[in-house]
Amino acid sequence: MKKSGVLMIIGSALLLGLFIFPLWNIELEAPQYPDPLGMNIFIGGIQGEEEFDIQNIDGINHYIGMKKIPKPVEMWEFQTFPLVIGGMAALGILLGVLGFFKIISPNWFLAWLILMSVLGILGMYDFNSWLLEYGTDLDPKAIMKLTDAEGNPLNYKPPLFGSQKILNFTAHSYPETGAYLMFAGMLLTLVAWITGRNSVAARKS
Amino acid sequence: MKNFFRIFSLAILGILTQACNNSDNSQGKKSGALASNVAERVYVAPGEHDEFYAFLSGGYSGNLLVYGLPSGRMFKEIPVFSQFPTNGYGYSEETTPMLNTSHGFIPWGDAHHPDISQTNGETDGRWVFINENNTPRIARISLETFETEEIIEIPHSAGNHSSSFVTENTEYVVAGTRFSVPYPQKDMPIEEMKGNFKGPLTFIAVDDKGGMSIDFQLKMPGFNYDLSHPGRGDSHGWFFFTTYNTEEAHTMQEVNASQNDKDFIAAVNWKKIQEYVKNGGGKEIDAEYAHNVFDHKTHNATSTMKKKVLTVDPREVEGAVFFMPTPKSPHGCDVDPSGEYIIGNGKLSTDLTVHSFSKMIKAIENEDFEGEAYDIPILSFESTLGGTVKEGGLGPLHTEFDGKGNAYTTFFISSEVVKWKLGTWEVLDRQPAYYSVGHNMIPGGNSRKPDGKYMISMNKITKDRYLPTGPELEHSAQLYDISGDKMELLLDFPTHGEPHYAAAIRADKVKPNSRKIYRLDENEHKYAATSEDETKMVREGNEVHVYMTTVRSHFSPDNLEGIKVGDKVYFHVTNLEQDFDVPHGFAMIGANTSELLIMPGQTKTITWEPKREGIWPFYCTDFCSALHQEMQGYVRVSSKNAKVPLKWTLDGE
Repeated sequence: MKKSGVLMIIGSALLLGLFIFPLWNIELEAPQYPDPLGMNIFIGGIQGEEEFDIQNIDGINHYIGMKKIPKPVEMWEFQTFPLVIGGMAALGILLGVLGFFKIISPNWFLAWLILMSVLGILGMYDFNSWLLEYGTDLDPKAIMKLTDAEGNPLNYKPPLFGSQKILNFTAHSYPETGAYLMFAGMLLTLVAWITGRNSVAARKS
Repeated sequence: MKNFFRIFSLAILGILTQACNNSDNSQGKKSGALASNVAERVYVAPGEHDEFYAFLSGGYSGNLLVYGLPSGRMFKEIPVFSQFPTNGYGYSEETTPMLNTSHGFIPWGDAHHPDISQTNGETDGRWVFINENNTPRIARISLETFETEEIIEIPHSAGNHSSSFVTENTEYVVAGTRFSVPYPQKDMPIEEMKGNFKGPLTFIAVDDKGGMSIDFQLKMPGFNYDLSHPGRGDSHGWFFFTTYNTEEAHTMQEVNASQNDKDFIAAVNWKKIQEYVKNGGGKEIDAEYAHNVFDHKTHNATSTMKKKVLTVDPREVEGAVFFMPTPKSPHGCDVDPSGEYIIGNGKLSTDLTVHSFSKMIKAIENEDFEGEAYDIPILSFESTLGGTVKEGGLGPLHTEFDGKGNAYTTFFISSEVVKWKLGTWEVLDRQPAYYSVGHNMIPGGNSRKPDGKYMISMNKITKDRYLPTGPELEHSAQLYDISGDKMELLLDFPTHGEPHYAAAIRADKVKPNSRKIYRLDENEHKYAATSEDETKMVREGNEVHVYMTTVRSHFSPDNLEGIKVGDKVYFHVTNLEQDFDVPHGFAMIGANTSELLIMPGQTKTITWEPKREGIWPFYCTDFCSALHQEMQGYVRVSSKNAKVPLKWTLDGE
């Protein structure tokens, strides 16, 4: 149970990496942008990969009538996410400590993981709906109004995951270091639960 | 059986013939392969970068050209001493002070010898210096912005030719005088030149940020100081100048300045003079010269007129200046990477005279003098002679070095480049130049560490090298591979103006420092509008200042009213972009100036004096975006006495 408690503590502490490293990264590549424009999505806001990338992405997006990339104060998510992540990390560490001293059953670890996964899926859903809104809610006075074969306005939503061609740009959307740390942490808490359960079973037999 | 042998021998014959054919084929292929191999060595694939930056003087264009080697592709023309309507240099309010001199505004210059700043005897990629021969000036070009940042006029000089060479740690950039003149200038009969004219040599100190200031001027006898180079290694602290017209002829110099069998190389111990000056030596005399500095924060140049210069009489500094007799009106004055050999390229001769620095020092110690010229000791010819390169060619002009013990001298009259060995003085190879080569250049060839891979020759005569373009032709340059025993001609490429000399440097020393934009948040231009909210029009009498911005793809404001005939309109245009390579242009119908080409974050100003009432358009000249054609605006010009108020709008706001 000691080992699984430690794993649980490390696993949930890895979530704190999200306060330092970006969660997600979206890059826009085009012939005239051999150095792609890029934005790093942190739990507390969006930053350009290079200093002026956000300004330049906004500059390009104004042609097709997209809104400006939101500042932290313009989205409730950037206030809420840090609280959720911080809270979950603290909760996980607490459970780990309690488990370490055999005060609680390792099944609490699984409960934490399930809660974290539910929150994660909700977060992804929210992120995707933001991307959808960002890519489809266009200024009616946009300079370029492009339509698909059926005559519907083009959808400029960047992919949630993967690469996709949007006009002259190819958008690449992939998890960044913070997300990888979070996935690794969640995996560790799963291992913590399994080892904890095994050692409890061993003790019982 | 017989038949069998017959067939067998035939078959053998067939194989042999086949083999012969094969060898013929492979011969043919070999020459083909060689040819394509030459192409490969200068081929820089699309999107890839050259190994070297080469800075070629634009000669009488007054500018500096940036090329890539080995491709021979031109990247940029940097305006230095001449107006450049392409981007507004010398026309815009900010840059006209750069061309100010004691003679007033001068729209043109004759650029000659670029030299790259050095640290510890190696090119360091901070700045390029270049001299203006006609109205003596030295310019400094930044290799961060690739723009001219500073120009200093050289007072009391004429024909600023033995310039602008830098010492090992860029302590000094040096400017000489090719046309000796009264010092200071005065009205006197020309025929009284002899003994009364002087050839001042000017030592300009360079500070850590590149700032130039004249430390002292050495008042030398009135010979013609043709070219120069600094000592390096052991000879660091010395500077060497070739002279011609030691006859001091004032007319028909072609003949009268070619009478003496030997002229001199002047050896100047600048460290000694520097110390002398530091200790209060020298005399301050009146002078008038402009010092022009461009500031990348205010985006403005200022021109300051200086009134004094420190002059040093060489005879008053013990052991500071000596003359080394050098045959046949020497032109180039080149110092090898070790600093031991000083090459005098006697341009009317077939031979090269090489002086030895260590022998020179010994001769000075032994006072091995053969006379004096205006009280300056002349060392005996034999005492400093390191060696002679015999029968190199005809008309040697300039020598560069590969850092592997070889020297490469250009011969103007016999139109060739000749490779020879330092120390043994034997000629190793010769290659034709097309035609009548002036300077040659090896990257870092005038430093302690040359990159002995390529050499270019810069030629004075082009004739049939390219498709003909009427009587006036651009000059040509040739690129040679000098990495092997023999020089190999790889490429022929046209140059711009007359590229007297050039300097080159490994690209990796410069490339990472090249700026992409000017930061808008560092823009301290007095008339900048750093956002569209700051745009406005201000009237001061008949002057109207328009604070205007550009961003893809509109001007703000784009509708201007309230301007009257007789006004002088200042368009202060700020480019709000902060993205690499997104300049905007500004052109106004009927402007008697030029266009502006404004880099991201920059502010530039052009004036316009409307002469007729009407609605007059302006537009962006640089195809900036898909909506570039729409990037335009209107100025309403009313009559002189109209009461139309100033009004500036964008989209009706």
